[in-house]
Amino acid sequence: MPTTLHNEAAVAGIGQTAYTKNSGVSELQLATEAVRKAIDDAGIQPSEVDGLVTYTMDSSDEVEVARTVGIGDMTFWSQVNYGGGAAVGLVAHAAMAVATGAAKNVVVYRALNGRSGQRMGQGVSGQIISSDLIHWSWYMPFGLLTPASWIALQARLYMHKYGATSEHLAHVAITQRMHAQKNPNAAMYGKPMTMDDYMKSRMICEPLRLFDCCQEDDGGCALLITTPERARDMKQTPAVIRGVTQASFEGQEQMTSFYRDDLAWLPEMELAAKRVYEMSGLGPKDMDAACLYDAFTPEVLMQLEAFGFCGRGEAKDFVTSESLTLGGALPNNTHGGLLSEAYLHGVNNLAEGVRLVRGESCNQPDKVDHVLVTSGVGVPTGAVIFGKD
Amino acid sequence: MSDEKKKALEAQIRAFVGKPVGPVVVGRDPVNEPMIRQWCDAMGETHPAYLDADAAKKTVHGEIVAPPTMLQAWVMEGWAMHEGYDEPKNEQHRLHKVLADNGYTGVLGTNTEENYTRYLRLGETVKALTVIDSISEEKATGVGIGYFITTKTTFENQDGEDLGSMSFRVLRFKPANAQAAASKEGESKATAQKPSRIKPPMGHDNGWWWEKVASDGVIPIQRCTSCQKLRHPPRPMCDACGSQGFDAIAASGRATVHTFTVIHYPQFPGYEYPIVSIIVDLEEGERMASTLVDCKPEDVSIGMAVEAVIHEDEDGFKIPFFRPAAR
Repeated sequence: MPTTLHNEAAVAGIGQTAYTKNSGVSELQLATEAVRKAIDDAGIQPSEVDGLVTYTMDSSDEVEVARTVGIGDMTFWSQVNYGGGAAVGLVAHAAMAVATGAAKNVVVYRALNGRSGQRMGQGVSGQIISSDLIHWSWYMPFGLLTPASWIALQARLYMHKYGATSEHLAHVAITQRMHAQKNPNAAMYGKPMTMDDYMKSRMICEPLRLFDCCQEDDGGCALLITTPERARDMKQTPAVIRGVTQASFEGQEQMTSFYRDDLAWLPEMELAAKRVYEMSGLGPKDMDAACLYDAFTPEVLMQLEAFGFCGRGEAKDFVTSESLTLGGALPNNTHGGLLSEAYLHGVNNLAEGVRLVRGESCNQPDKVDHVLVTSGVGVPTGAVIFGKD
Repeated sequence: MSDEKKKALEAQIRAFVGKPVGPVVVGRDPVNEPMIRQWCDAMGETHPAYLDADAAKKTVHGEIVAPPTMLQAWVMEGWAMHEGYDEPKNEQHRLHKVLADNGYTGVLGTNTEENYTRYLRLGETVKALTVIDSISEEKATGVGIGYFITTKTTFENQDGEDLGSMSFRVLRFKPANAQAAASKEGESKATAQKPSRIKPPMGHDNGWWWEKVASDGVIPIQRCTSCQKLRHPPRPMCDACGSQGFDAIAASGRATVHTFTVIHYPQFPGYEYPIVSIIVDLEEGERMASTLVDCKPEDVSIGMAVEAVIHEDEDGFKIPFFRPAAR
């Protein structure tokens, strides 16, 4: 029995639907299309899949997906909590399942009508997303109702403490928008953005402008995870999981961890970094690209520090106009990310991590041996390192 | 509501888009001095161009003109407008009835935008045509899910000259708290209720805190009765010693701003924007989320001294806010 998830699992297939603003179909249809495409991408039959993992927030439950896609017997399924924080958790659960033999081939998926249906940016008022109603009640009466408002509180303090400005945030947004210009499936394809466009975008929750916030989209995305041995017999170059972990830190709340000593720091990401680097035997210098979770631009700055790409408070100097591009120190979200490709709750960032290892990104850097992918910021989260076989 | 039923409803309401509400409305009286005087009285408007014929002669108009913002007043139907919601007599009534019959019983006027082409002169007749301009997709709002309906009115004089336009938006919604609405007798049509902030659910672990805010007029801080550790927000067990016993102390109300944001968008009914949202360090050491009042958004800063003030909403709900500390 393995005692670590180092090299015990690999991504053998990825699948995604079109990302749109109004899918016109059910979330189950989006989920099953993405799942089926991931299975086809791996070159196996639905009947060979025996495990499924999704988000607690997903509306397409496992057996409905299985029955629709033609998946037969299953021996493993699970759901991961905490919104976008679940993304890497999906991979971690699937990796544990295939490493232990609980299942052979596990598909993880997320599908949502995030624009035409329930919109995340509209906050927690209309319909409470979480069962943790009491938790939200410490914020709702004060009008702190949206992800932007919660993240803005933390971003304000971070910028105050380290002297980061809107221009630093803009570099993240503009770089990813530039990447999306080569990705026809990106919502922002054909819509480049200048510094002037960014600065003119309206304030949402100070200091966050419209273009500091990710979009809302409809779509589905899935990954097929199996052991590296089986993956080698499948159709695609495997993306081997060098290290993967979930991470929640002392004092963690869902989006509102306002009660810790230092709000200008992401201790759960620091924990995730420590774990994946230890497990993989790798460090920040070994990462050739990254897909750092980017629901809001300041999150990227704070993660650059937590994962050791620069020192504490130095991200503002790291994110120059070139550093996050192809030729830069750390090509980041080469597909456009949540900001400019689509808000698939982070699973599309995982798919891009796999494409980078395969050499198939629409913005492919020359040499990619290792890619770091993270999930939601401000929530219990996780990180994974994909490596070339 | 099933997807199919909702689709059918949406098809039905969208058929109204583009339709005139009814025939062109012609002002009952031409633009006249007595109505201008009454309107100015009611609004507290004292400008002589509207009221004093001699003074008006010296203006660019050369005579008394009507205040531009009176535009709609010339075509208002008076008390007759009130009728028609049970027995629809125009397209707007019919649209609202379709929604009301499907559970969207609440109505809120959300905003209006007016454009004035020029001043109206005495003796002109105002004519208005109102069209149902757009209906939003279904939105989740603080008062419940619903549809925003926008009507657009264009104003002309007797010769067809453009006088201005107005768009008017209302939210037709399913009251989120239908139970509470139903319990208020005589207000079966939630139409008259002013929206209020989202209330905390009063659970076992938090209800006592809000009750204490209301009854004692203080900010309570939960305290472990075993090891005396303070904690906020309240939880049912002490994370230091495991005791479930607790009482509360009253915070002094003195605090400093730890961080803040100014919220502009999206805007929920029941709140006034922009909101200066703050996380404060209470003097006792605990942190809490709140709102800063009596302070312009540009004047808030990290580290600023604030003091608690218990705010009472119109509906009687009490909530602890902060304001800049008295010097």
